[in-house]
Amino acid sequence: MMSSIKTAWTWIDDRTGIMQMLGPPLKHHVPRNAKWWYVFGSCTLLFFTIQVVTGICLALVYAPSGDSAYDSLLYLDYVVPGGWMLRAIHAWSSNAMVFMMLVHMTQVFLHGAFKFPREMTWIFGVALMLTTLALAFTGQVMRWDSDAYWGVGIGASMMGRIPFIGGWLTHLILGGPIIGGDTLSRFFSLHVFILPGAMIGLIGGHLMLVLRHGISEEPKKGGPGEFVDKATYRAAYKERMKKHGVPFFPDAAQRDMVFCGIMLIVLVVVAAWYGPIGPSPRPDPANILVNPRPDFPFLWIFAILALLTPTIEDYLIIVAAPVVLMVLFLVPFLAGTGSRLASSRPIASLSVVLLITGLLVLSWLGVTSPWSPHMSAWTSDAVPPVFVKGRTPLQLQGALVLQHSQCRNCHSLDGLGGKRGPELGDVASRLSRDQIIRQVQQGDGNMPAFGKNLTAAETDALAAFLYSCHPPGVQPATRPGAQIKQLIELDKARANN
Amino acid sequence: MSDQHDPASESATATPAKGNRRNFMFKIGAGLVGIGGLLVAAPILGYVFAPAFSNWEKRRSWIDLGGVKQFPVGETVLAIYKNPIFGPTAGEANEIPCWVRRKSETEFQIFYINCAHLGCPVHWFEESKLFMCPCHGGVYYEDGSRASGPPPRGLFEYDWQVVRDKLYVYGGELPNLQIPGKTPKDDITPLTIDGVGYLGGKEVKTS
Repeated sequence: MMSSIKTAWTWIDDRTGIMQMLGPPLKHHVPRNAKWWYVFGSCTLLFFTIQVVTGICLALVYAPSGDSAYDSLLYLDYVVPGGWMLRAIHAWSSNAMVFMMLVHMTQVFLHGAFKFPREMTWIFGVALMLTTLALAFTGQVMRWDSDAYWGVGIGASMMGRIPFIGGWLTHLILGGPIIGGDTLSRFFSLHVFILPGAMIGLIGGHLMLVLRHGISEEPKKGGPGEFVDKATYRAAYKERMKKHGVPFFPDAAQRDMVFCGIMLIVLVVVAAWYGPIGPSPRPDPANILVNPRPDFPFLWIFAILALLTPTIEDYLIIVAAPVVLMVLFLVPFLAGTGSRLASSRPIASLSVVLLITGLLVLSWLGVTSPWSPHMSAWTSDAVPPVFVKGRTPLQLQGALVLQHSQCRNCHSLDGLGGKRGPELGDVASRLSRDQIIRQVQQGDGNMPAFGKNLTAAETDALAAFLYSCHPPGVQPATRPGAQIKQLIELDKARANN
Repeated sequence: MSDQHDPASESATATPAKGNRRNFMFKIGAGLVGIGGLLVAAPILGYVFAPAFSNWEKRRSWIDLGGVKQFPVGETVLAIYKNPIFGPTAGEANEIPCWVRRKSETEFQIFYINCAHLGCPVHWFEESKLFMCPCHGGVYYEDGSRASGPPPRGLFEYDWQVVRDKLYVYGGELPNLQIPGKTPKDDITPLTIDGVGYLGGKEVKTS
């Protein structure tokens, strides 16, 4: 039995030359010290493979049509056996792919693996990153729910920031003058044909380059390949691989397999536990009671766009974004030689720390989005009892004006309500009564003027209420800043308790 | 040419006459492939890029929002219309909302639902007379002017007219900073009812 299988295999191998083709890439020598730091690229590729397989499966049922896409998602979630699990795996594997790609990129950057002669490998990698993000964005549109509808609207509005060709680009991506069925079809073609095709081509190039230049050693102080010198690096690397290298399969591949196996298990557990992502409400623009939010890879952009002042926003979208991308592409030319050790490259290491911190903080802000008004706070967040107790009738009337004029959508009382404007629970310790009236009537900074919308009596009551809002033990302000000393003492007393 | 001729040595021993013939054939081949390629590429590129080059302004049209009595003076209400330019698969995405403000008996303002910042749907709050955006916190006053937040301008406005006691809106495009909502005067087509053309609520000649 075994011998006949062996005979058959020998025949197949002889006629196809399969081992002759796969042998060299599998057996190519990699550094002995390329250990656990080197598993992230394979894992990103694994998640991409999962996306291809689950994507094809989803396409068996999903209808890429504006009038039935949403219903086909519900059908997948609730009727098709296992449909929800396939959607969950596809969504979470997409998140995992973006995450793993960033980890891989960070590792390559910190180990200086992009340096001579691997510049093109890095450039292919940056192109892969852009393709991955484009797949994530177009994938979000595939859900064709309200987040997708308004997400496309945000994309179209960003196009509108580009001078001269903005309108042209808008109509090109929408496939018409407005978001409709043709828009979804366009994004479907991108998500399912164009981008995956580009991805497979780029991955092929990336892997070919990895084979051509070999995997770089993990840089160690005084270790091999710590310094990259164009004159000697190639020959020395070749020599070292010949002497000390180990075959990729199985020596290095076994670690990839262990890590990928664990990640697969984690993926399935997460997908089964959290289920599919979305869909949010139907893609009906007439339903304006929605709260559009992007998926996690784009939360940081959502945050940046909220926090910029209008004057520099255009420059960021049109100028800064392409410049940052250019710098990413040019990294291997800006620092193509020299030490690969992260500890000898302070600017590189600090930029990683800065970028990761920035991305995490901005993403977290994107989740909490404190700049967004709470659209229902004026009816759903009551005035806490402590602000009602012992108040005069005029002050109580003022509390009603506060609720009724939607102030709470942007302002909180004791942390309840919108966070766009400052907390009002202690406003009297900051502003005098006259300043409160001026702020309400004329607005200032980021606050609209309410002068035309409130009667004199309403303004008076509102000011009376707000002027009663101060922490116990702190006198209301009579002039700006007068209470700072008291507030500091109060803070000290609180800290001591 | 004999059967024993070694193809590897052919190029080295080829006479100039043969070389010219091959060169000629190559040029013809490249030319034919080039022309054929362009002929195939033209319809493909035209098909893909057509939406970018179409004059959508010309294809917008007047849509009946209903009798003016539905819009009380001094109030701002949500109206929904079907977008006049749509494909067969548009589905519910074709139900376009807009805010209609009746300033006086004869004056209206119709605002696009899209925030001028990045296009999210703005909500109207009757009590504070403000439009607020749920995405990045853009706020606008009753007349659509910018009140606060990141929007670089006020709300986009539609062209409108009242004809025979009905309010009409000139719909059909998603606005952004490069596509400012209102249509240039020369591109507006008049509303035609019973063979009579109307623009700005007045009768005009139709071509």
